[in-house]
Amino acid sequence: MKGAVKAKGTVRMKGAVKGRGLQIYTWILVGWLVLPIAVMILFGFNDTSSKQNFVWEGFTLKWYARLFEKEDLTRALVNSLLIAVLSTVVTTVLGTLVGLALGRYRFRGKGLSNIVLFAAISSPELVMGASLLSMFVTLNIPRGIGTVVAAHVMFSIAFVAVTVRARAVGIDPALEEAAADLGASDWETFRLVTLPMIMPGVLSGALLAFALSIDDFIITNFTSGTTVTFPLWVWSSTRTGTPPQVNVMGTLIFAVGVLIAIVNVVGARRRKT
Amino acid sequence: MRRRLTPYLMVLPGGLWLLAFFAVPLVMMLSFSLMTGNIIDGFRPTFHWQNYTEGLERYGDKFVRSLWYGFLATCACIVLAYPASYWIAFRAGSRKSAYLLLLLLPFFVSFILRTVSWKFVLADNGIVLGTLKDWGLLPGDFHVLGTTFAVIAGLTYNFLPFMALPIYVALERIDFRVVEAAQDLYASRVQTFLRVVLPLSLPGVFAGVIMTFIPISGDYVNADVLGGPDNVMIGNIIQTEYFTNSDYPTASALSFTLMAILLVGIFLYARALGTEDVLEAAKR
Repeated sequence: MKGAVKAKGTVRMKGAVKGRGLQIYTWILVGWLVLPIAVMILFGFNDTSSKQNFVWEGFTLKWYARLFEKEDLTRALVNSLLIAVLSTVVTTVLGTLVGLALGRYRFRGKGLSNIVLFAAISSPELVMGASLLSMFVTLNIPRGIGTVVAAHVMFSIAFVAVTVRARAVGIDPALEEAAADLGASDWETFRLVTLPMIMPGVLSGALLAFALSIDDFIITNFTSGTTVTFPLWVWSSTRTGTPPQVNVMGTLIFAVGVLIAIVNVVGARRRKT
Repeated sequence: MRRRLTPYLMVLPGGLWLLAFFAVPLVMMLSFSLMTGNIIDGFRPTFHWQNYTEGLERYGDKFVRSLWYGFLATCACIVLAYPASYWIAFRAGSRKSAYLLLLLLPFFVSFILRTVSWKFVLADNGIVLGTLKDWGLLPGDFHVLGTTFAVIAGLTYNFLPFMALPIYVALERIDFRVVEAAQDLYASRVQTFLRVVLPLSLPGVFAGVIMTFIPISGDYVNADVLGGPDNVMIGNIIQTEYFTNSDYPTASALSFTLMAILLVGIFLYARALGTEDVLEAAKR
């Protein structure tokens, strides 16, 4: 606790009281953030018989057993996973190259590249989706998984590039020069020296791209045509009633995501000590 | 020679992708917005710029409402996120990352699912209102869904982590010795905060504003799931024009207007602050 170093007793007392108040506030805020998630998880165990899963009717595990009973929902989830994997692979390669170039080299057009990345990150999704739809309609391109992947790669490249750039900026150029002096080819230098050093940035960029893709609704809605992804299926189900299987799938995705994040946090702490 | 080309070759594939799926579509949408026609007979370029004036005339109030909701929800995000980010950055000690993860937990649930889950929670006879009504604490016809409050609360909820994170990053970078120096020079706690901590954390707040205000102003999910007929935002209109009315020229003109309003705002804003800083803080 850096703040506790203060010598004057009264200041420390006030500080402690203020700190406690803020701590309680933080917990209340976390409670608010977690509330709908807790409800989602809870109602995955609800023994409901009606189409509307609003009222608690008792505990059951049957929705976990009948998880894949709704074929169109399962297909939507499979589509989402497929799209996320494909777009993550493409995005990670393209975004890493851009991020590395921006972090390691000086070249004309660097400022422009930064502005383009900034525009891609800050453009409203609605506008990106609408403009993609305009293009696909104008050029008579049939919409489906391919167009969704193209769109997802487009909006996540900038995020991966920025993440990798932050990592690449910190690399000492002397290391790459040393590798070259020792007779390594450009490719060997990249593979054996540069890539391992930017790897944490590449991995977190890839995770980010996957998370952005699997969760995307607005752009997907505009570019998917008749293909349905998990968020689109959930959206359309709000009119008729969301079945408990949706809660179960949400719970499982949540659990996997949190697990990966915890591994990441613990891993980062290990590396530090 | 080859060395000099390396960075260009590295930027090229990603750049081409952004050209094909970001820049070209915007141009196509711009040309669509000046056409007339309908989905059956086809659309023709007629430089019908009235699409813009008519769109603004018909839906000007929806633009104003979207920006107003964006403003309210962004303010709510700052007010709610700042104290928590402050506490985590300065006082959570070795548990910083754990607390940060707690603030980011909503990210692990699909955006749609979170909003639908709020609909569960706030339903007229759901777990909260239903229970309170059973206890007689609320009148039977009390409702939250379908109100402006529900929409703004939903927007605030969904985008709060985007505000909390950049503020945290900015606060975490502050060298605590600066704060101690201020106190050693007899600055009161309030003075220390207002004149040392707050100015140093403003880049984080600015980045957070960009990360929240833009998506909130263009959102239509919260208004659709949590709101009522009085809460229609410009996003809902654009979505309906595209998917229900298939009036692509009007929808394109409205989208372009929305983008123009937001992008002009951001670029002025980013120019004043420097894009590198904003981008740096904006990355999660």
